[in-house]
Amino acid sequence: MSTQNVMATADIAARRRASVMAALVILVVLLVLLSLGVGPVRLSPLSVIDALFGGGSDVQQVIVREIRLPRTILGLAIGAMLGLSGAAMQGLLRNPLAAPELFGAPQSAAFGAVLVIAFGLADVRSYALPVAAIAAAFASVFALLAIAGRNAGLLILILAGLAISSLAGAATALVMNLSSNPFVVLEIAFWLLGSLDDRSFRHVMLALPFIVAGAVILLSQRHAFRALSLGEETARSLGVDVGRLRLMVISGVALGVGGAVAVSGSIGFIGLVAPHLMRPLVGHDPARLLVPSALAGAALLLAADIAVRIIPSTSDIKVGVLTSIIGVPFFLYLIMRERRALSGGVA
Amino acid sequence: MTDVALVAAQGLTVKLAGRLVLRDVSLSLSPGHLVALVGPNGAGKTTLLRALAGLVPSEGAIHVRGDALSSLSLRERARRFAYLPQGHLVHWPLPVRDIVALGRYPHGATDPARLTAKDAEAVLRAMQAADVMDFSERRVTELSGGERSRVALARALAVEAPVILADEPVSSLDPRHQLDVMKTLRAVADKGALVIVVTHDLGLAARFADNVLVLSDGRLVSQGAPAEALAEQVMAEVFRISAYRAEFQREAVIVPWAEI
Repeated sequence: MSTQNVMATADIAARRRASVMAALVILVVLLVLLSLGVGPVRLSPLSVIDALFGGGSDVQQVIVREIRLPRTILGLAIGAMLGLSGAAMQGLLRNPLAAPELFGAPQSAAFGAVLVIAFGLADVRSYALPVAAIAAAFASVFALLAIAGRNAGLLILILAGLAISSLAGAATALVMNLSSNPFVVLEIAFWLLGSLDDRSFRHVMLALPFIVAGAVILLSQRHAFRALSLGEETARSLGVDVGRLRLMVISGVALGVGGAVAVSGSIGFIGLVAPHLMRPLVGHDPARLLVPSALAGAALLLAADIAVRIIPSTSDIKVGVLTSIIGVPFFLYLIMRERRALSGGVA
Repeated sequence: MTDVALVAAQGLTVKLAGRLVLRDVSLSLSPGHLVALVGPNGAGKTTLLRALAGLVPSEGAIHVRGDALSSLSLRERARRFAYLPQGHLVHWPLPVRDIVALGRYPHGATDPARLTAKDAEAVLRAMQAADVMDFSERRVTELSGGERSRVALARALAVEAPVILADEPVSSLDPRHQLDVMKTLRAVADKGALVIVVTHDLGLAARFADNVLVLSDGRLVSQGAPAEALAEQVMAEVFRISAYRAEFQREAVIVPWAEI
């Protein structure tokens, strides 16, 4: 085999990834149109496009552009961020069972937001909410680093993350427990279930800057994940500053997940599931998995958010409940599939 | 071969978790040599390799080509030292070619799908030298232990660094693959690199190395040509064994024989 042949086979793999990516983009666009069309008033994709660009009746324009567009943008951005965070976390920890939930970041972010809501420190639609959520996510992550140390192994990180997410859950429960206003408690309880109902452009403005910043940070580190496939020591010997990489990933995840949780509550398991769906299609390279996982995450959350609007039920099903109901059995299936690797030598 | 030091260490001392693992090691190694680093378990062999590559903090001075290691950036260090750790762990089932291409990471080739012609040629040379061309498109997780260790070797060779640090590259291989890997490393040294190999196999060390360094309890206790560095007295004091000694095809033969 010659240099040309080696390059040629790499080209074939690259073309395959490009076609998967194109298919994902088309899928996401279709889901966006569907999401804009589904609700009490159903609109066809064509009339959605029409309304989006200023055509159709005034009512249709208001429905599509002011009621459903913010919800759809949030579904797209939050889903993408969750998928990206999952892929980044799995790349950093070199473990397919990693997810943002693992570090306790979303749970801590929820606690930060709940604190603001419960004590009426700020209006639910002010920047105090995402800032508190991001600050809490950061705090949880710094605590994690302090407990686990700079060069901690996977097991210590997972255990420390478990402890921190339990603590965040308990602290959230305590805040609800101490709250004297039953309406606030009810509001928090529903908010914790995770939903995109009735979100406005105000919410989009609250979350999007943080999500974009987090995504940029994570994507900028993509090549280091590939070197990390060879283990931390070898990655360092190749010139990767592993300590810095770790900090960048954690910052990116805290920004993105904190921003997302602040407007949607906790929506779980998309970060875990999305990279798994993509591996058979684009391969295991953790660097090449990031963008497809983000697209898959966006598709999953958009689809779930469409589903909760279609499924007939007496009360609203929250999208966070749906993703967890589907995600947790998938998680168990993954544990079963990976148990050999988990209980001993990694392949 | 020249006698200009490529890698020099002065008073190298490493403390890990409060324990002195390396004590005042000084050495000076020239390009074009294959150096075997031997010693009993826990003598500090791996730590010495890691300290030379700048992977563990150390006291004392390390110079590579006259530059202080501490003055070099991570990337510059990575270009000068190729490090082949023990165990050859790869966490994801990546194709062999992509793993070998990671050897070009220090040179700025962070994406195996977009290698420059220069990097692609280096990858090809490394794959040919380590004899992994036959399975360059297969996933590394599908390979046998022997094949995987050759892939790890190819990855280290692809750096084309002046110094190669290999930690027990042959420990899990059958005799034929052991000879194969040692011959490959020997060939790299003959082309002008400095190759430092940690090994427990004194026979292979004697057969292939120009120089042997003997570590004992963190100290460098003996160095020189294999027959001198592994003299009877050293074998007795450091390894507490006696050995059969001979010469075959003008190479030293040392076979560990009995405990003392």
